[in-house]
Amino acid sequence: MEKVKSIGIDAGSTTLKIVGVEEEGKILFSVIEDADPKIEEQTDKLLGELRNNYDIENSKIVATGYGSNLIKADKKVTEITCHAKGIYEYFKTGGTAVDIGGQDNKVILISKNGKVVDFIMNDKCASGTGRFLENTSWRLKISTEKMAELAISSDNEVKISSTCAVFAESEVISQLSRGQKLEHVIKGLHRAMVKRITSMVYAIGFNPPLMLSGGVAKNKAVAQMLEEELGEKPLIPENPQIMGAFGAALIGLSE
Amino acid sequence: MNLRDSIKYLFSYKIAGETFIKLNTKKAFKNFKPPKSWRTDILAPPLKTGVYTKEIIAKHYLEGRYVNGVKPVAWVTSGAPIEILKALGFYILYPENHGALCGARKAALEISEEAEKKGYSMDICSYARTDIGSILSKKTPVGKLPKPDLLLCCTNICQTVLYWYRVLAEYYKVPLIVIDTPFVYDEAKEHDIEYVKKQLEASIDVSEMVAKKSLSFTKLKEIVKLSKMAAELWLEIMSSNKNIPSPISVFDQFIHMAPIVEKRGDAVTVDFYSKMLKEIKERIKNGIGAVKNEKKRVLWDNLPIWYKIKFLSEFLAEHGVSVVASTYTNAWGELAPMMDIERPIESMARTYTYPILNRGTGHKLKTMEMMVKEFDLDGAILHSDRSCKPYSVGQVDQRLKLLNELGAAALLLEADHNDPRAFSDEQSKSRLKAFVEMME
Repeated sequence: MEKVKSIGIDAGSTTLKIVGVEEEGKILFSVIEDADPKIEEQTDKLLGELRNNYDIENSKIVATGYGSNLIKADKKVTEITCHAKGIYEYFKTGGTAVDIGGQDNKVILISKNGKVVDFIMNDKCASGTGRFLENTSWRLKISTEKMAELAISSDNEVKISSTCAVFAESEVISQLSRGQKLEHVIKGLHRAMVKRITSMVYAIGFNPPLMLSGGVAKNKAVAQMLEEELGEKPLIPENPQIMGAFGAALIGLSE
Repeated sequence: MNLRDSIKYLFSYKIAGETFIKLNTKKAFKNFKPPKSWRTDILAPPLKTGVYTKEIIAKHYLEGRYVNGVKPVAWVTSGAPIEILKALGFYILYPENHGALCGARKAALEISEEAEKKGYSMDICSYARTDIGSILSKKTPVGKLPKPDLLLCCTNICQTVLYWYRVLAEYYKVPLIVIDTPFVYDEAKEHDIEYVKKQLEASIDVSEMVAKKSLSFTKLKEIVKLSKMAAELWLEIMSSNKNIPSPISVFDQFIHMAPIVEKRGDAVTVDFYSKMLKEIKERIKNGIGAVKNEKKRVLWDNLPIWYKIKFLSEFLAEHGVSVVASTYTNAWGELAPMMDIERPIESMARTYTYPILNRGTGHKLKTMEMMVKEFDLDGAILHSDRSCKPYSVGQVDQRLKLLNELGAAALLLEADHNDPRAFSDEQSKSRLKAFVEMME
């Protein structure tokens, strides 16, 4: 049974991510599940399952995310520090990390030696977060993956002016009822979201390279539009969603 | 003066009320101990002289209950030139301070909703909503507010006060004095000061008419002198936080600033801050810091978040962060040198034209930069206050400048000074924690 030196748990608002690393920081496993309101029980259940395949008896546990309060951990660290750590160790470079999560966006400036220099998060509204696309996805009964495909294939776009996750949904419906093509509207929706994120990047001061993490980084339309808006091809980890949990696990190594 | 009101005032306030409050203070001072909920593991005990803050404020609001018909009553904005009114014997009520008190006692939301029920928008300043809601519903944690005979509105803090005080004037059908202070971009022009001075002179007639007596310039000079003395002491109290560890926190200042705002120009205020300064010097001598394990020192920009003072104070202290300087509390001390006892009206015109909110954003940045250097700070928390646009404008750039030019970690914290609906607990905690981690 492989020995797990440290485990990072990222209990986000939408999903729960668990990453285990060995002593050199190499990822041994990663788990992603939709977040259950009973986060403590869900974490215990997942760790119990992992015990069947891994030796986690003496693993350090570092928790992060909004649900981390209830998790039994050796240390609790904010998502900012965890994402910065994960991204920095993954790409081995400083720059601007953009994490687009379910209800939170973070833009983090990372120094050459991996220190958080500055960060900015979306204010008290969910505009520009994963929820922005999910709301419309539920309303139109089209998956977010399919929406991304439609946005990429569209040769035109309709301007969606609202950046509010709730009002954008009604704006989409209103545009469709005026006879606008679905793919044009969907592309406009992605553009509105990306512009909200780029304004955050500019607010903090963009320092390339651009590195993405969080579930929405898997959305190809978002990545492509970020490149168009910022003029910089983003670096995207193989599994961007686990970067926070990965960073948490790495922090556990130095505990 | 009404005889029945005077007798009631004499017995209920002067004889019974004051005696009861004084006895309570004496008892509290003698048996002084922190409240049960006080986190003595992370915080120094509260200031012992703080019992006088309670006494001064309790007496002030108790007097307010019985003052109508005995003394003329004026309602004024927080940065209003009150010295003329004081010299004419007015009882002065600050609706903003009353609003802050409602906020700190977590009563502001219920009271604001009373204004919202009557159609006042949620987007109006939460102090204005608390005040108007309190008037309409008679709800207040202090029992009862006196009705105004005169309103004094000075535009040196914002433009909202103009509309707010017009509402008050219409509701109470009493005279409204507006002192319009030209915005100061860099330095005020002489004609700006002259313009404010003329308005102050013109206000004397109306104030005398309401007070039914003439202004004594000897009395006015005395009030200006007391105002200046209290402001200088307040400034010295704030400067004492340059000491490491800092003897009091800005959260303490938020509580103990009530007299410098509400009772400026009174001898009791000078006496109170002298005692407080003495206690602070004693703390410095004994190496006592407001935060027991002070590791990082930061400043606070903008109004307090009144309903979250305890939470913020404890959350930051748990992480060894002491908030030692603030542009807000500083505003009631920084202008003290401008007061000139020999030229009261002219110096009032100058003093009340120069508050931080009536000056360009560059001035606030300079103030914060000075604080970072002089108070040896590691960071800054800039409260982006939904209700106070004049204070919040420019903070995005100010934050970046503090970070890039001085290397101070800086956080923009979104909230509202009195409306808890604009504060997200989890979001704020995660931002504050990340801010602390960034400084480590």
